[in-house]
Amino acid sequence: MNEDPRPAPARPISADAETVSQDDVDVDTYRILEPDGSYDAERLPDLDDETFRELYRWMVLQRVFDNRATKLQRRGKLGTYASGRGQEASIIGSAFALSDQDRIFPYGREAGTLLIHGLSMRDLLLYWRGLEDASRMDGANSFGVAISIGSHVPVVTGTAWGMKLDDADSVAFANLGDGATSTGAFHEGINFAGVLDAPAVFFTQNNQYAISLPFEEQTAADTVAQKALGYGIDGIRVDGNDVLAVYNAVLTARENAMDGTPTLVEAVTYRRAAHTTSDDPSRYRERSEVEEWEKQDPLERYREFLQSEGLFEAIDEEAVREEIDEMFDDAVAAADEFAERDVREIFEHLHEEMPPELRRQLSEYEELLDERPDMYEHIEQRPKG
Amino acid sequence: MQATIIEAINDALHEEMATDDRTLVFGQDVAESGGVFRATEGLQETFGGDRVLDTPLSEIAIVGAAIGLATYGYRPVAEIQFSGFLPPAFDQLVTNASRIRWRTRGELTAPMTVRTPYGAGVRALEHHSESLEAVYSHIPGLKVAVPSTPHDAKGMLISAIRDPDPVLFMEPKHVYRSFREEVPDGTYTEPLGEAAVRREGEDVTVIAWGAMMHKTREAVDNLDGIDVELIDLRSISPLDRETVVRSVKKTGRCVVVHEAPKSGGFAGELIATINDEALMFLEAPVERVTGFDVPVPLLAMEDFYIPQPPRIEEAITETVNY
Ligand SMILES: Cc1ncc(C[n+]2csc(CCOP(=O)(O)OP(=O)(O)O)c2C)c(N)n1
Ligand SMILES: [Mg+2]
Repeated sequence: MNEDPRPAPARPISADAETVSQDDVDVDTYRILEPDGSYDAERLPDLDDETFRELYRWMVLQRVFDNRATKLQRRGKLGTYASGRGQEASIIGSAFALSDQDRIFPYGREAGTLLIHGLSMRDLLLYWRGLEDASRMDGANSFGVAISIGSHVPVVTGTAWGMKLDDADSVAFANLGDGATSTGAFHEGINFAGVLDAPAVFFTQNNQYAISLPFEEQTAADTVAQKALGYGIDGIRVDGNDVLAVYNAVLTARENAMDGTPTLVEAVTYRRAAHTTSDDPSRYRERSEVEEWEKQDPLERYREFLQSEGLFEAIDEEAVREEIDEMFDDAVAAADEFAERDVREIFEHLHEEMPPELRRQLSEYEELLDERPDMYEHIEQRPKG
Repeated sequence: MQATIIEAINDALHEEMATDDRTLVFGQDVAESGGVFRATEGLQETFGGDRVLDTPLSEIAIVGAAIGLATYGYRPVAEIQFSGFLPPAFDQLVTNASRIRWRTRGELTAPMTVRTPYGAGVRALEHHSESLEAVYSHIPGLKVAVPSTPHDAKGMLISAIRDPDPVLFMEPKHVYRSFREEVPDGTYTEPLGEAAVRREGEDVTVIAWGAMMHKTREAVDNLDGIDVELIDLRSISPLDRETVVRSVKKTGRCVVVHEAPKSGGFAGELIATINDEALMFLEAPVERVTGFDVPVPLLAMEDFYIPQPPRIEEAITETVNY
């Protein structure tokens, strides 16, 4: 036998005809409201007038909350904050399509989703102030914020699996960014959901950046939605600055998921703010690019629709903003009044019953704090909320 | 030049990129924006986009690709943006990086560096504050280095990049910018696997590393009348047993300070080493001042978690007065 039986590499007899590539897939972007103000009346969701207006008010709320939280951070009254500016249609449209029984898995940029799903504004502020207590997500049926990007995706699958076993009338809903789609957890979690036919919705806000990395460098795939095909589930690509389209897309995805087809939704939008309050986007993107997207403002687009439908007259925008400002002021005041922190908090809730060694560590520490009040010179703790 | 730790790291990367054109730097946000802490600032401008790259948000692929490059003859220096995001890549460190030399009987080696900022105290979000050095020290074949000064950060990083085996380089981000010191221009190395005696003393040996060196030094400076021998461990793996044992034999007393939780923390290994080699010289039990056996709290309470100087002072005083 020859030592190396292989011929020298030769020109292949082309298998091109059988090759699948992304060029074979047509991924349309679903849209109802065109940037020019026109819209597809056939596609309008079946909502009453007041709900159409509520959608708008909540988008304003998201905008105002982001502005005020960012300012609060600047004044040292909040930790690092991640704004959803520019993504209001994706955040609010998706939240409106969910039900209370759906368990949500946020990733941080979606204040409005958490508030709509039942979290109090005070607790949301406390979360950004770094208080463990706020991560209970009281009343919001939520897993808590997936700061480790993508880490929640397989967990979503497990929760959806349980819902399927229970025949529950609900889905598990993941919020994530385009960056998360590059993690191993994303691939494994969604693939498994596909195998299980689990009622899971994977809602990706493709805001074009993961910190400084533009989407084109995040993946060679043209779209996020097409990735669904690799897992044998369904994908929907939707204009993420069109709140009605997002609403319909997530409603559809939710319906599909409950029928046994997990669905990956890609909302195409844009992060207009810095990544977080500690980021300086001028290092990696042109201001002109942001300005281009400002012209696609989701609030303006939706306002135009409401105006042309005659629905906007019943909205006093100034009053809406004032009301939200007041809510925000009240929430800050409530956060400021939150009970004084106690060192026990960092020891509690790790185990159902505190193990003896941990109890010992706590009591030794409490003693030390008594004996050495100078400890507090090193603790720049926020004594209240 | 006078440099902070972050500037010294940046300088080391510039030096090594210039010295060896098979050195590559990659990670999230390292190229275009120069890194979230600016550790890699200016590298892409100087060495180009083929050698300095932004990667997708893929810790597994960042570390895995470094292994592929290293075993193929490159010198990758990968950045994991925060050490709290290294766990997904733990598999690559355990399964491939640490044992490829052993598995292939020396045919393939992985001369690669994974740089990552670790530790609490910067008011960040969850998963941005842990100190898992003991976990990584438990992987045979993986070196774990933790500098505490600008001088060491530069010299040890150059050593790590030139090392023939994989090195996890954990950077104390809490003190990235807190002070400057004289850092030599050009290339120089500080050895991996060697502790540094920062202050000689007779009464008690105090061992710390990374950001905790600074809290510990503050504590030591506050203690009148106690002659402390202060050791900066610098290298968690391999461990410089000799320096530790020699010192403890001299002082007969020892306190270990680390930020990580107590149980399973690296102090345990140090105490076992002292028991092995210097038990009969001990005049007091070895004390440890550590984080508690809990996750690092969110920002409102994190200062409570971090071992603060008064805690360290108490432990040293107790050990001396035992
Ligand atoms: C596993 C992991 N790696 C790195 C980081 C640091 N980090 C925080 S947010 C972020 C980018 C996230 O981008 P994307 O998923 O697109 O969400 P966006 O912030 O754009 O909404 C990175 C790299 C992290 N939090 N988790
Ligand atoms: Mg993004």
